[in-house]
Amino acid sequence: MNALNQSILTLLLVVPLIGALLIAVAPDRAKLPNWIALATTLASFLLALHLPAHFVAGQAGFQYEANIQWIETPAIFYHVGVDSLSLWLVVLVGLLAPVGVVASWNRITERPKIFYSLFLLQQTAMIGVFVSLDLMLYYGFWELSLVPMAILIAMYGRKNGPKAALKFFLYTFIPSAPLLVAILWMYACTRSFDYTTLQILFTHGAFPPSALFWLSLAFLFAFAVKVPLFPLHGWLSDTYAEAPAALAMVVAGKLGLYSMLRFHIGLFPEQARLLAPWLMVLAVIGVLYGACLALVQRDFWRLMAFAALSHLSLIVLGIYGLTLTGWTGAVYQILSHGVVDAALFLLLALLELRYGTTEIANYGGVAAKLPRLATFFVLAMLAMIGLPMLSGFVGEFLLFTSTFSEVSRTLAVLAALGVILGAAYMLWLAQRIFYGPQSPLAASLPAADLHPGEWGTLVPLVVLMLAMGLAPSLWLGTIASGLHLPTAKATTTSTVYALPATLNPASEEGLR
Amino acid sequence: MNHIPDIFRILPEVVFTITGVVIMLVDASLPAATSRRSLGRIAALGAAIALWTSVGQLSLPAGTGFYGTVETSPFTVFFHVLIAGLVLVTVLLALDALPEETHHQGEYYALISFGAVGMCLLTSAVELLVAFIALEISSISTYILAGYRKDTERGTEAALKYFLLGSFATAFFLYGIALAFGATGTTQVYALARLIPQATNHGLVLASLALMLVGILFKVSAAPFHVWTPDVYEGAPSPVVVLLSTAPKAAAFALLLRVVCEVFPTLEPLWKPLLLVVAVLSMLVGNLAALRQQNVKRMLAYSSIAHAGYLLAAFAGLGTTNIAAASFYVAAYTAMNAGIFAVISLTSGYDDELPQVADFRGLLYRSPMLGLLLLFFLASLIGIPFTGGFFGKFYVFSSAVDGGAVALAIIGLLNSGLAATYYLRLAASAAQRPEGRQILLPAPRIGILALVALMLCAAATLALGIVPNGVLHAAQSAAHTLQVPPAEQFFPASLPPNHP
Repeated sequence: MNALNQSILTLLLVVPLIGALLIAVAPDRAKLPNWIALATTLASFLLALHLPAHFVAGQAGFQYEANIQWIETPAIFYHVGVDSLSLWLVVLVGLLAPVGVVASWNRITERPKIFYSLFLLQQTAMIGVFVSLDLMLYYGFWELSLVPMAILIAMYGRKNGPKAALKFFLYTFIPSAPLLVAILWMYACTRSFDYTTLQILFTHGAFPPSALFWLSLAFLFAFAVKVPLFPLHGWLSDTYAEAPAALAMVVAGKLGLYSMLRFHIGLFPEQARLLAPWLMVLAVIGVLYGACLALVQRDFWRLMAFAALSHLSLIVLGIYGLTLTGWTGAVYQILSHGVVDAALFLLLALLELRYGTTEIANYGGVAAKLPRLATFFVLAMLAMIGLPMLSGFVGEFLLFTSTFSEVSRTLAVLAALGVILGAAYMLWLAQRIFYGPQSPLAASLPAADLHPGEWGTLVPLVVLMLAMGLAPSLWLGTIASGLHLPTAKATTTSTVYALPATLNPASEEGLR
Repeated sequence: MNHIPDIFRILPEVVFTITGVVIMLVDASLPAATSRRSLGRIAALGAAIALWTSVGQLSLPAGTGFYGTVETSPFTVFFHVLIAGLVLVTVLLALDALPEETHHQGEYYALISFGAVGMCLLTSAVELLVAFIALEISSISTYILAGYRKDTERGTEAALKYFLLGSFATAFFLYGIALAFGATGTTQVYALARLIPQATNHGLVLASLALMLVGILFKVSAAPFHVWTPDVYEGAPSPVVVLLSTAPKAAAFALLLRVVCEVFPTLEPLWKPLLLVVAVLSMLVGNLAALRQQNVKRMLAYSSIAHAGYLLAAFAGLGTTNIAAASFYVAAYTAMNAGIFAVISLTSGYDDELPQVADFRGLLYRSPMLGLLLLFFLASLIGIPFTGGFFGKFYVFSSAVDGGAVALAIIGLLNSGLAATYYLRLAASAAQRPEGRQILLPAPRIGILALVALMLCAAATLALGIVPNGVLHAAQSAAHTLQVPPAEQFFPASLPPNHP
């Protein structure tokens, strides 16, 4: 198995690409692309499980590292690795991929080859973002993740696909211009794109604080749009309303939140501290604003979009509280949110497939016809609003504890209001769709309850929600073991992550 | 003095000349009714041989030939390979994209070959008068090619406009040479480089630099000398635009590098800000104008103006980085631009039956192959990572950041965000379900040779984005040789005395 340790991350990046190529060259027969995609995603999920199985908790630095020179000048390395922060996120991406394939199984009937090829390409890009430790490589995957997404939204959107895709692409592409300039400027001054090298150089005062401030702002801007953070969320609801469910599951949150933790706080701890109060205020506004807007949506995808805004803002609040509890809670909540959202999106996609509408008002009393679907929905919904014993509770609890006891009581109380509103809109949504008198639509259309394939996808997700709610220590242990608070004026080894003992001599030279 | 026969120094040019002549002779001897496709094959063969001889020139020791008028060095080889490759792509594409009944096919291929002679010579000339003659050779063939659809109004307009403005620009360039001769008494590049710092008449030197820049910036279609570009691209047949928008520009950029870095390196404080202003202007003018275009070729014409701007941003860099970055960008830009115009030639047809952005609606459904290639080349033009366009922009702007022009890099990258809007408009149109009359359109026919041409462009664009090391090394050694003149320089035994 040790042989696999060296190449596991590369395999994770390559397997979806191979699947995409296979689909591209395979004949366009019946469900063949679907099956190849499913097999590929399951294989990559199994490979991803290798990571936690052989992960050494508490060991400093990155694991499963590979560091090969890619381009000589400028010195860009193929440098990948995971630590406790990214470990479970990679697994999460692996888990969501087969769920996404199942969610698209019957909905994508035209041009499945293009859909599944691009879907798998997207998979590679997302894993790439989580494992890259070279800033250029990271930037490459970051940008690459936009393209398949935009094309898929444009081609497979519901009504206004191309328009939503354009909005999504521009919203996320333009902020990455300052990000790239910032990276280039850092390179011009240090001759390095390497994450750990830069971290060391920054803590040793390689840059004047004012320069670091602008750099950190450029990074933050790109990440805040991607999360999205209020008021940069303009793309979110259109994208959710148009994107196929498989993509909506992955479009928001994870990449941006992870990047904030790793590249904003990780590289610029001092500057993050300066900006944190403002960010937390924006986050609380986002929590409340998202929840209020979710209450008044008529379309369930848009409702989910604003719900996502509210939930993701809560995670931002935890991240910029700059406490260990907050970060652990944030990572846990990203995982939980990923699983719960995947289940909800799958269920809503199945509803849409059966009844052909996304208007909440057209539904009513569906539970009588689809009792199993309704049961799963209620379970996932309860996990989402943070009922104890389900996964959402643990993360929210950690986030609120950290904010309330260590950061600001006012902010915690305000954000908690958002959670109450969250319970309101989700319960109301379940009531309007599944309970009450049967609507004419629900009465008129005969609809089958869950198929075995859908059943087989939902059961593991629900089991996972329960497990994450009942035995959070399975995950919290590894997550917390690798997170360290930044110290104000760092000595050699303490920044957010423990660093290798030896400095790269080349980078020292570059400084002079 | 030279051990190598001079002829080896201009071997690719010779190959292209022979190809052109053979094509004209064969064309004249073929019966009128016979298909002219064989001529295209000769041209493709000639381009391939020229490509091979260009690479072979690498084994020659760097130096000059023909009394110090032409040079072979990694710099010239870099551009020769690029130009020969582009000519090969153009010819392969033309073999499939030219309708069988097109008039004067023999001349078409011959003109491409003769144009290539000019472009290649332009990059290897180290005597400004030879450079001028090369510029004229390449220009005259492109003037004719631009007007190839002479029975249409737009075709004639394009050719006339291109010819009038183009000859004006070359006149400027020639005047610049004359003034340089006036100031120093020579037109040989290395002699000029030596004598210009000593020249007493500064006004003359400055005027000469300014006039030469006007001439060259016209050829690379940088603002404010860009007005001809959209009209010419729109009027010329798309298979011609594949060549027009790439190879002559590559050659002109080589000339620009030669003039500013080799002839006038001492005036850097003067030309650098000038070129950077032109860079910003080109980006803004190109992108803002492209936003409003509905015609695909006009839109891409404005986009090529913006790309000239990105490229000029490299000149903010220091030392050899700017030359390397600019050379790499030329390679990336020409690969993706040739690719996208090849896609357009096959989609819109020789006569531009489908010229508008809206006409591309449903391309991804009608022909997934062309649709995906279009999206790929657009992604590269936008600058998505793992494509040549990305590394091109990356090197150019890191060169700018290196030289301290952070503001320029930010302007440039924001501009590429702006540019994404109109590229995406085309992409979105291609991704939309076909509607109305598009449903009835047949799938575009892609012949095997056109497919080879497309794949060459796509492979080059992808390779430049994933394994740029090779080309980057070539660009760096090119930059190095351009900056440092070869040791054993040929100078005419008796230089004319310096003018007072």
